[in-house]
Amino acid sequence: MAEIWTAYLWPLIIMVAQSLLLLVVLLIAIAYILLADRKIWAAVQIRRGPNVVGPWGLLQSFADLLKFVLKEPIIPSGANKGIFLLAPLVSCVLALSAWAVIPVNLNWVIANINVGILYIFAISSLSIYGIIMAGWSSNSKYPFLSALRSAAQMVSYEVSIGFVLVTVLLCVGSLNLSAIVAAQDTKLGILGWYWLPLFPMFIIFYVSALAETNRPPFDLVEAESELVAGFMVEYGSTPYLLFMLGEYVAICTMCALGTILFLGGWLSPIPFAPFTWIPGVIWFVLKLFFLFFLFAMAKAIVPRYRYDQLMRLGWKVFLPISIAMVVIVAAVLQFTGLAPA
Amino acid sequence: MIFPALFFYLFAAVLIGSGVMVIASRNPVHSVLFLILAFVNASGLFVLLGAEFLAMILIVVYVGAVAVLFLFVIMMLDVDFAELREGFLEYLPFGLLIGGIFLAELIAVALGWAISPNISSAVGSPIPANVSNTEAIGLVLYTKYIHYFQIAGMVLLVAMIGAIVLTLRHKVNVKRQNIAAQNARKKATAMDVRKVASGQGLRDSDAAEWVQ
Repeated sequence: MAEIWTAYLWPLIIMVAQSLLLLVVLLIAIAYILLADRKIWAAVQIRRGPNVVGPWGLLQSFADLLKFVLKEPIIPSGANKGIFLLAPLVSCVLALSAWAVIPVNLNWVIANINVGILYIFAISSLSIYGIIMAGWSSNSKYPFLSALRSAAQMVSYEVSIGFVLVTVLLCVGSLNLSAIVAAQDTKLGILGWYWLPLFPMFIIFYVSALAETNRPPFDLVEAESELVAGFMVEYGSTPYLLFMLGEYVAICTMCALGTILFLGGWLSPIPFAPFTWIPGVIWFVLKLFFLFFLFAMAKAIVPRYRYDQLMRLGWKVFLPISIAMVVIVAAVLQFTGLAPA
Repeated sequence: MIFPALFFYLFAAVLIGSGVMVIASRNPVHSVLFLILAFVNASGLFVLLGAEFLAMILIVVYVGAVAVLFLFVIMMLDVDFAELREGFLEYLPFGLLIGGIFLAELIAVALGWAISPNISSAVGSPIPANVSNTEAIGLVLYTKYIHYFQIAGMVLLVAMIGAIVLTLRHKVNVKRQNIAAQNARKKATAMDVRKVASGQGLRDSDAAEWVQ
């Protein structure tokens, strides 16, 4: 009995406690990132943004949460009820589950698995299903068209994100996310992180991440002028809230992934004494927020792409560049002897 | 040891259950969704076997790309299931034949393993210690099996080119977008600011000038 306790139950309890802690912190962070998104957007347009609920509008997201939860969920009579209700759950749970492998500091990770980056890639390719299921089960034209669009968009940009990941993995020699950060830990500090040596890939990653999370300027999914409001038109109250939560969690995941791959994860940008005393998790959050700020600025200042422009950018510009970079990086690593053993 | 067994039975049971539902459910979209559930559970089984790379690739390739396209086709096509069921008896012998071949192969595998349990080590490449799963696959795939790998690549290339040849149509009289010309447009070529006298509007001579 004691053996079962020490071998299974106690690690299980610890893991559940860790997961709950991460989940709570993540959800509170999402609430404020959502507010920050609206505030940044408002500031660019010289508005105040949400400023009524709580001091400076700090409690706005929680007010929204209450509003959504207390409303009545409406299921259209023509909808396929089971799939209609499953879709928001799928997109929210998948988005959250990606965080199981993301290291926010040295050894601060719930599951330090060997193939961490592939796991995130797999989860993000699964998240298409939330959208397709929602679009199809609503049994309505606009959500369906929007779901098709969005799925085509996500499949296209996943290809270029995949090649960007391959270039980073070539330099690291491991699929483990902690190992990717450790490989960027050099004496050069910020100049040794992969954003500089792999510079074009960082830009491609950033733009593809915008497209992958359906953020402006690639928010063709919810092009109001063409498709009312996207695949979630028929949703309201808590199911809609789950979609929105899933979307913002996915954005945070992409920012975290960018931080880990290109901005040195939890490492300090200046690798000597007073800066290295600051806990790594603070650097991680700062970098994550920096990337999110770029996402928010793109939303504020760039007009929406046309669908054919989006597809052209993905297949005819990013894909050839990223394949060429894979070949170039592999050749350089091989011939200079820098390749990881 | 109890946890892996527990998870094995969980994944295996859901896998078989969803496999049955793929052929049993009436709605084709439900069938594809069950197929996806089956893929995900199969990848869970791969993880239990210690083949985490294969597990993730299974999800990325089959669930993330192939099944999406499959789902697209099924959603867009108006599949009439009553009509399909009419042909059920007609295709029954063919289905039985394929099922029989599968069954015979499974029995052969089980028998081979029962007669000589070492048979798998004769054909398989065991993973060396202190090498991760992903590396181990790379070590055999790009050395021992490089020619098969390249041939597989050629097969995919031929399939891709075939698909393009079959679907590409050069229609005449189609207005195409010239992206280079669109991108080359500057403010000076796109618009023309003019002073218009009040109550007069532009003259015809001006109009002729901007049409060019």
